[in-house]
Amino acid sequence: MVDVADRNKVMTTSATEPAERKPLPRWVITLASVVAVIILWEIFGRRVNPVFGSYPSAIAVAFWELALSGQLWTALYESLRPFLLGYALAILIGVPLGLLIGGFRVAEAALGIYITAGYAMPLVALVPLLILWLGLGFAVKVAVVFLMALFPICINTWLGVVAVPKTLIEVGKSFVAPETVILRRIVLPATLPYIMAGIRLAVGRAVVAMVIAEFFTTISGLGAVIINSANNFDTATMFVPIIILMVMAIGLNWLIGFVERKVAPWQAEIAGRDRE
Amino acid sequence: MGEVTFLDVSKRFSLRVDGEVHHVQALDRVNFTVMDGEIVALIGPSGCGKTTALRVAMGLDPASGGRVIVDGREVTGCGHDRGMVFQHAELLPWLSAAQNVMFGLEMKGIRGATLREIAEKYLNLVGLTDSQNRRPHQLSGGMKQRVGIARALAIDPKVLLMDEPFGALDAQTRETLQGELLAIHGRTGKTILFVTHDLDEAVLIADRIVVMKNGRVQEIMNVPLKRPRPDLGVVRGTTEFAETRYKVWRAIHDGATVH
Repeated sequence: MVDVADRNKVMTTSATEPAERKPLPRWVITLASVVAVIILWEIFGRRVNPVFGSYPSAIAVAFWELALSGQLWTALYESLRPFLLGYALAILIGVPLGLLIGGFRVAEAALGIYITAGYAMPLVALVPLLILWLGLGFAVKVAVVFLMALFPICINTWLGVVAVPKTLIEVGKSFVAPETVILRRIVLPATLPYIMAGIRLAVGRAVVAMVIAEFFTTISGLGAVIINSANNFDTATMFVPIIILMVMAIGLNWLIGFVERKVAPWQAEIAGRDRE
Repeated sequence: MGEVTFLDVSKRFSLRVDGEVHHVQALDRVNFTVMDGEIVALIGPSGCGKTTALRVAMGLDPASGGRVIVDGREVTGCGHDRGMVFQHAELLPWLSAAQNVMFGLEMKGIRGATLREIAEKYLNLVGLTDSQNRRPHQLSGGMKQRVGIARALAIDPKVLLMDEPFGALDAQTRETLQGELLAIHGRTGKTILFVTHDLDEAVLIADRIVVMKNGRVQEIMNVPLKRPRPDLGVVRGTTEFAETRYKVWRAIHDGATVH
């Protein structure tokens, strides 16, 4: 009963056309861009006084020394523990909270303003207060990372719920789906792309939060390496943790994208990004 | 059985336009009955209230006055006795065709092996057995609407409510699906109430046509075409088709009844 026109249409869209010239893969372009930046930085960086700036080969040497002494791994471990815990907590609490606020009028009216305000909260100013409450150790770092990451995740989830097409919810209603089923089986999957975007945005904020926490509290982790080497005018060493943090953020971002394609493959299909 | 009766159904909306509140009388004491096993088309210019009437019958919007009775029971909300086919199919994009059909069934409390069985039966009825594992995005517009029809039929409702189901499709696909709908109706005998703005479609498919204007029923017309109508191409060539089409056209355009 399937008419021929329908079949052809789908077949041509799903088949890859071999005649088309293949464009340069994304990773090649990215790699070329990174190599170009490193070369330029090397050339111009060498002309600058090493106190005021540094350049890739000097940073690589500093990296090697830090890695050999074991100092780097200790610092990384010290930083990653509160980072991962705070970030995970932010996801665990931010997503359900966003769903709640977006899904229920009363929750939106009662809690929405705090989330909006919290997003703009100058957290750095609050760190001293948090230290008074939680001390100088592990807990306060977790708290700072958590507070910085929570709001973008929560707000994005909330906006995602609000953006769910009304007609999809009516599909649920027309089949007499209970409110909880509509939330779990229609609103949540429809919101997933927004949730993932929030989780991505939070990576950057969480990294910044981690370093801030380390600056303010017991000088430890990667933040300590930055401060200590800056105080010694060892600019090359100072750049090591900074670059590690940026690489880490890129890696996490990639990982989240990978997870997103796994849990919400239809999203890439709809946007047409699956054929790249 | 699957009889639908509109009793003095009214519906008022309030719209805020530039700070002023406008009241819109979407439905104004609408009365008509769809008999068991009958196909009735609701037709009229956009904004005449035809979609609102359908939504009230589905229970998606409450009536401001009057009642809709389906199979002897007053409509107070959505129910499994009515199956809705949406204008743009409205499939859940993260589910395959089969899972979309099963979603409706699960909401009716059907579990286990029967779930898959019933879904496959109805996907087969709409000719989508081979494509049941595709997600909506991998289906053409016509195939999507077939899934929408299968999803609504699978819960075995007494009445099928369809909101311009073929309005967004190209002409060829529309004609194919119109024929298929009639074939499905022949096999299942479901009562069908459908909204359309397409004169040809109303005359080809319906037993009776309810012409609406400004929220009121302007006229109810019988379609003097016999069932079954296995070849809609032949139906198009009949004088009855042409005459009925013209009558409906006149009713919509100037409200003048042609005798």
